Amino acid sequence: MILELLNQFMPAEVAFYVELVIIAVVYLGVFALLGLFLVWMERRVAGFFQLRLGPNRRGPSGLFQTVADALKLVSKELTATEGRDKFLHGIAPYFVIVAALMALSLIPFSAELQAFDINLGVFFVTAVTSIEVVGIFLAGWASNNKYSLIGGMRSGIQMISYELSIGMTIVTMTVLAGTIQLSEIVEMQRGGWFIWTGHIPAFIGFMVFMIAGTAESNRTPFDLVEAESELGAGFHSEYSGMGFAYFFLAEFVNMFIISAMAVTLFFGGWLLPFEIGADIPFVGAIIFVVKTLSVVFLMMWFRWTFPRLRIDQLLTLEWKYLIPISMVNIVVMAILVWLGLTF
Amino acid sequence: MENQMENQEFLADKIRTQEYQLNMGPQHPATHGVMRMILQLDGEEIKNVEPVLGYIHRSIEKMCEKSSYKQIIHLTDRLDYLSSHMNNEAVTLLVENALGIEVNDRIKIIRTIIAELTRMASHQLWWGVMGMDTGALTTFMYAFRDRELINEIMEETCGARLTMNYNIIGGLRYDIHDNFVKRVKEFIVHFKEKLPEYDNLLSNNVIFRKRTEGVGIMTKEQVIAYGMNGPTARASGFECDIRKKLPYSAYGMVDFEEVLRTEGDAFARYKVRIDEMWQSMNIIEQLIDKIPEDDFRMKTKPIIKLPKGDFLQRVETARGDFGVYAMSDGGKNPTRFKFRSPSFANLHGLNKMSENTKIGDLVVNFSTIDVVVPDIDR
Repeated sequence: MILELLNQFMPAEVAFYVELVIIAVVYLGVFALLGLFLVWMERRVAGFFQLRLGPNRRGPSGLFQTVADALKLVSKELTATEGRDKFLHGIAPYFVIVAALMALSLIPFSAELQAFDINLGVFFVTAVTSIEVVGIFLAGWASNNKYSLIGGMRSGIQMISYELSIGMTIVTMTVLAGTIQLSEIVEMQRGGWFIWTGHIPAFIGFMVFMIAGTAESNRTPFDLVEAESELGAGFHSEYSGMGFAYFFLAEFVNMFIISAMAVTLFFGGWLLPFEIGADIPFVGAIIFVVKTLSVVFLMMWFRWTFPRLRIDQLLTLEWKYLIPISMVNIVVMAILVWLGLTF
Repeated sequence: MENQMENQEFLADKIRTQEYQLNMGPQHPATHGVMRMILQLDGEEIKNVEPVLGYIHRSIEKMCEKSSYKQIIHLTDRLDYLSSHMNNEAVTLLVENALGIEVNDRIKIIRTIIAELTRMASHQLWWGVMGMDTGALTTFMYAFRDRELINEIMEETCGARLTMNYNIIGGLRYDIHDNFVKRVKEFIVHFKEKLPEYDNLLSNNVIFRKRTEGVGIMTKEQVIAYGMNGPTARASGFECDIRKKLPYSAYGMVDFEEVLRTEGDAFARYKVRIDEMWQSMNIIEQLIDKIPEDDFRMKTKPIIKLPKGDFLQRVETARGDFGVYAMSDGGKNPTRFKFRSPSFANLHGLNKMSENTKIGDLVVNFSTIDVVVPDIDR
């Protein structure tokens, strides 16, 4: 769409690159705004869960509070520990934020609004999000702080383990969909959302996906990587200002990405049941965002209710329960699809 | 076969882990104040915990030796600030017993009610922090919702919310406020409704159960050997409630249960405190309608001098057996004043509890022994 518009003004090749730049800038903006919005939402939700108000002074319902906080973080001094690995310490936040940004570019907001619709969609998202662990691990390693190191080690253990069940759940759903292109997965759900058409294995898959997704985005009950009461702030103890803000933003955007993937895989993406509002332009994007924020709300609900797991329990949960369940789930799904027992 | 064995031994020799030290505190969210612990760790596993004390030492005992008995009462607030009333009571009872002052029932009953309210407020705060230590941040706010009501009662009657200084030698500083009885009754009704909520939110949570059950087990023998006391020891089945053993104030007049459990793990320590809140409400309910009309203060001499000799008074604070020992030469100051604080005694068990557990367990154990750092350091 943008490409056609640009083609009128400039030669085709230039237009292509200009388009890329425009999209990149737009996505950077979306990324920042999304991060700020989610931080605000978390605070408000936490406020209501905790019998208090949350931020409510700056702007309508305190909406600009996070903007003020972001400005504060930008203006803060970057502190550094002695004996840190300067290069790795500096580069670590970018791993995290670039991974989140790249994954965001694949999220199918609606049929028209998807920056990067490749036929390897799902695979690409899982591949890119797994880069994130490198950033967190580096941050923990390079900080020259034992608390950070423990956090980093935990992140390695935790995120790599839970990636397996996320991957397997996604495989389960692609068995049902028959494709791994994200936009096609959504289109496949025109007749009914996968959580409905795939019934039992899809539902189990959704549960596993939510548990593993929460672990993957390092949120309570799986926030061992930060574990405030144990490690202070874990891997990002030694980051200040924007270094910290990158981790913080990435955490929230990752939560959004996990939720968006859940919506895409299980809840029909931008579609409403019975083709309601299918003709109105851009309504798909709104539907998608509303659905995603509902799942985000679910994850916030987890965070403000549950205590944290211990490291060995975390691994027991993954290796003794989630992975066997997901493995059986793939087989069950395959048999169901083979016998045509899906709706 | 032999080759294989050798190979394994060789590998075990090569791939060995190295223990390292981690300095937890003095500023750390889990230490609840300025306490420092030196952890000897093997990966996530704890090999040794060494608490380092003295970061908040104010030499209160020495200050007591320079102060008159009336002044000492106010210093005890700052030991275990969450059981400030019980600390005050210990000193007042010590002086009253030494001088043979018999206070009337009104004073006894009011002291007991305030003490039980303080105990509940302390346990509520502990519950909130316990949740936070395990990662559930919401509990703190729920606890403060209920604790606020107690603080308001205190504010109205005692004039202060936390360190009340309500006891004086021979009675109470002020008479109770007109609203006191009504407010306390309202609170009991409110809290009976809300306490099951605590169980719903935290005690019955699967993750919380997994985090606490079977963690940091102390047997009855170990508890006695380490000199632990209070709810921490009662969770291992050690009957050590001073309110039952050596009844003081109005505890002889009421019928209540000493909460005991036998498991001795973190969850038992948790559950004992929750059940103690029920017992506190039980005690208050029995006493609140029985406050007789009488003076709220007995006549005492303007300058208080203890007879020559040694005196000891024990009370049960929210943390356990709090002992006050005074040695007097007949003057208006004690020659030696010593506190036996429950937090200090309970802290001894931490290393034993945390043997071969994970870092997460240490935080849970530390939380369930419920220490107040100024009480350790004095």
